[in-house]
Order: sequence, then C-alpha cells, then structure tokens
Amino acid sequence: MSANHATRAERGARATSAPDGRLLAGATMLGVLTLGALLGPALTPGDPLAIGDVVTTRLLPPFSRAPSGAWHLLGTDAFGRDVLGRLLLAARLSLGVGVAGSLLAAGLGVLLGALGAWMGGVTDRLLLALGDTLLAVPRLVLLLVIAALWGPGLGTVVSVLALTGWMGVARLVRAEVLGVRALPFVEAARALGVSPGRLLWRHVLPNALGSATVAVTLGIGSAISLESGLSFLGLGIQPPAPSWGNMIAGGRDWLLTAPWIALAPGVALVLTVVASTLVGDAVSARRGGE
Amino acid sequence: MRRPLSRLLDALLLLWLVATLTFLLVRLAPGDPAAMLVAPDASAEVIARQRAAFGLEGSLPAQYGRWLGAVLRGDLGTSLARAQPVRTVIAEALPYSLWLGGVSLTGSVLLGVLVGGWQARRAGQRGDTAMTVAGTVLYAAPHFWLALGLVVLATSGAALLGVPAWMRLPAFGARTPALELSGAAAFVDLLRHSVLPLTVLTLTGAAGIARYARSAIAEAWRAPHVTTAIARGLPDALVQRRYVRRNALGPIVVLVGLALPGVVAGSVFVEQVFAWPGLGRTMLGAIAARDYPVVLGLTLLYGSVVIGSNLVADLVLLRLDPRRRAT
Repeated sequence: MSANHATRAERGARATSAPDGRLLAGATMLGVLTLGALLGPALTPGDPLAIGDVVTTRLLPPFSRAPSGAWHLLGTDAFGRDVLGRLLLAARLSLGVGVAGSLLAAGLGVLLGALGAWMGGVTDRLLLALGDTLLAVPRLVLLLVIAALWGPGLGTVVSVLALTGWMGVARLVRAEVLGVRALPFVEAARALGVSPGRLLWRHVLPNALGSATVAVTLGIGSAISLESGLSFLGLGIQPPAPSWGNMIAGGRDWLLTAPWIALAPGVALVLTVVASTLVGDAVSARRGGE
Repeated sequence: MRRPLSRLLDALLLLWLVATLTFLLVRLAPGDPAAMLVAPDASAEVIARQRAAFGLEGSLPAQYGRWLGAVLRGDLGTSLARAQPVRTVIAEALPYSLWLGGVSLTGSVLLGVLVGGWQARRAGQRGDTAMTVAGTVLYAAPHFWLALGLVVLATSGAALLGVPAWMRLPAFGARTPALELSGAAAFVDLLRHSVLPLTVLTLTGAAGIARYARSAIAEAWRAPHVTTAIARGLPDALVQRRYVRRNALGPIVVLVGLALPGVVAGSVFVEQVFAWPGLGRTMLGAIAARDYPVVLGLTLLYGSVVIGSNLVADLVLLRLDPRRRAT
C-alpha cells in the first residue's frame, strides 16, 4: 500500500524512465483491433449478419474466392458469411462490452468504496458485507445465475459484469480514502469550510483514482473473456449478432471439417486479452504496484 | 487480535449472507417455475397445487424462512427437473468434480511454483521472458477454446498422425459407455478420460499461479536477510531452502485460496466441452431447465467451498507466519 503513496517526484522519475515495451505492444495491438473493428465490416465482402446463397458460399476455406468473386481472407462459416467480417463486427461488441463493463464496475467501486469510507458506521459495514458476500461466490457462477434467470442479452451482460466486478476497486478506494482523509490538507480544507461533498470530490477522490485506473485496465481483459464465456454457453450475446464466444460455439460442429470458424475468433480473443493484460501490467508497474 | 474462533464465526456469517443473496437472486428472477412445468392450459388451481409442491406458496419472507430452516437441517429440497432430492443430484456429480478439481489444483500449484521459482532466479533473462509470454497467452486463452483444440487433437489429429487406436485418448465423458469395468480396469478407464480435461485445467491454473509465485519468490530473494545470507557465502541451495522458501510460502498459500473460484469457473467450461458429469455440467443443466432448488444448492455449495478454503488459508497462514499472530 505504501507504494501507492509514492511522491509525485518519484512517480515522475519512473514515468520518464525507459518506455515500457509491454505498454507499447499492448496499446498497438488494441489500437489495430479497434481500427479494424471500426472500419472492418465496411471493407469485408457481404453482410456479416445476412445469410445469402448458402450452397455455393458455405464453408469456404481461408484465402478463397466465392463464385460471386468475393474474396474471403479467413473463409466463410456454415451459412456462407465472411468470417473476418463477423470477427471484426464481434470485436465491436466484445471490446465495447469489456470496456463498458469494466468502467461501470470501477465507477460503482469508486462510488461505494468512497461512500463506505466517508460515512463509516453501519453504511460502511453493510457495504463491506455485501462486497465480501459477492466475492465468496465464484464470479462465473453469479454471472451464469443472473444472466440465465434474468434473461440473456447485451444489457444483462454489461450490467452483470458491473454488479459482480466492483468489489476489488471498492476495497482499494476505501483504503485510499481512509488514508487520505487523515492527511493535513484535507483537514485544512475542512477548516476552511469546504462542504463534505466538495471535499470528497475535489480533494479525496482524485487521490484514489489511480488505483481505479489500474483496476479498469486489468479488468477489461477479464470482462471480455467472461463475456465470451457466457456467449459460448448461449447466455450472452445472442446470434445472429456475432460475439467471439458465440462464433466459437457456432464453429463447434465444424471443428473437423472447417476448423477456421472456431480458430479465428479464439485467436482474436487470446490476442485481445493478452494486449489488455500487457497494458494493465504496465500501468500498474508505472504506479509502483507490480 | 484475531483468533481462529472469530474467523470461524465470520465465515459462518458470510455463508448465511451468501445463502440469502442467492435465494433473493433466484426467487426474484422473472418467470414462474410452476407455470413452466404444467400444461399451458392448466387451471389456476393446478398451478397453485404445483406451487405448493415446490414450496413456492406464501409470502417471500415465509418462503425464505422455510427454505433456510430446511437448509439448516441439511435438506436442500427436491430437484424440479429430475424429481430427486437435490442432495442426491449433487452427490452424484460431486466426486467427478472433486477428482478433476483436486488433481488439477495440486498439479497447478506444483507446476506453477516450480516454474515461478525457476523464473524468479532468472528475472529479466530470456528464459524468464519466454515463460512469461507463454504463461500470459495460456492464461488469456479461454478454457472452452483450449478444450475444443484438444478435442480436435485427440480425434482427427491423432488419426492424422497415425497414433495407434489403443493410445488414443477419449475426448468425451468420464467412462467408456456400455463397458462393465471394475477395479483397476475401471480406474485406468477413468484416468484415460481425465487426461484431456486435466491438461486444460492444470496448464491454465499453473499459468496463473506461476505469475504470482514468480513475484512472491523474487521478492523473498530481495529481502535484506537473504542478501546477508548470500553475502556470508552460503550456497544458493541452502539460502533457498532455509530463508527464501519460508518467506515465499505465505503469499503462495493465500494464492491457492484465491485460485479456487478460478478452478470452479474453469471446470464449468471444461466439463461442458468434455461432457464430464461433474458439478459444472449439472449447474449448466439446472440453469437451462430453471431447476431452482438445484441452482440454489449448487451456488451454496460453491460459496461454502470458497469461504471454507479462504478460512483454511487464513488459519494456515497464522501457523506459518508468527508475525500475523501478533497483529
């Protein structure tokens, strides 16, 4: 914990030292993927959702040309849809769900952590108990139960990721707020008559945001892989909308004859999670967390 | 001063909270399990009778009280989909999951700590970087995807490579169907079926553990008393045995406690892909069938396993590290 209170000079020294290779590699990978996700569906042949002339276009291997002349870099799936196009469309969803889920979780964590530390007493105890309770059930089990019983879909996945992912950030922020609250400048601000809300917002929270940033970057990878898991089981994004998870599930029946259908989204998933782990590690190392 | 007894009380309190939370999550979910299981044109009276049979009549607090009372007596209710006590359903699947989970957890801890320790001695060198990259990729890969890959390898891959039939590994289920085996032959059959699921769970688990073991062990090597020991000219092996191992053990024990939810999550996917008749597959089946009592019972079981293992890790840590007893 003491490392989090490194002075600004120390932090600056670390920041200006040699650029972190992990950050560069991870950020490049995520950048390329984001670009592909934004532009890709416009550049690849055919509608990634529509099913056309199935008989002549289905299960074409990578690097092949359909009778219509369309060229498929990663081949087509069992319904003749371009795998690359679906892969990139799914990237929008997966990246979006990952970032939104982990941002919302961190926001909730900052809110509840700060609230508990600031209010103290019963509120703090209740929030701690709620956090411990949620941590005691494996996250996947919670996700499965909620997603299945409360209706699968995009909105459910994002909200469930937020509701089951805030506890770590809340703990960190609570500890930081408790630490910062006792510092002289906060007391000085209070003595000058600053209102509690403003005090929390202007003076205490900015100090606690660093740990939240690290948690967001590290959380994106796990949010993406949880989403893909739910979608693989049919409890997340529903076809025909593509998600890497449900694309792998769709390729399951064609593993032996058309392995590229399940291979491509899996590789995309691995690369994305690795990239966000690299960025998260680099950010946390820069803050002296390692 | 935190005595073992107060930790035990905390754990029991937490278990009650988990039970309450799961009860609310499941019971407040939209949809009526009674209406789902009777004919669409059934009268209100029939639905009411069905609700009574499921213990769903009365107000929510009354249902909660009845359910909690039954759970305290060890009665988890009756499965809606299978018309068997939930305890029987769980008892049938539990040994399969304990086997997979136990063997893979032991394997991942051993492998992870070995690799992590090996890396810690070479921090920053090529071998360390290579293992870190391999571990990060393995850890990032979804369990179900790796499992599917192994299925391909074991079936068409083995056929392509000309692996003789008796050496090929089965990719589905826990035993060969329609084969009455007993004794050693049955165990060998179970082992052959376990190889693929165990490979996925052990490798991914080890990748996660190695990551943390590496930094815990590297940290232990940097401690001032270790530097002193090295400066005094003690051989590496002795330093490692006497000073490093003990200090690195604490974080690793905590890690094993924390790794358990991951093992549970991994086993859900692995059991699904390999058709392994364990708890994870039972859970997915129960969720699909809206079999509320089974979902409740299994969630409670998962919660107790996590809480129990954290408690054990806590108590072991108290034994291992005298400094923790004082604070």
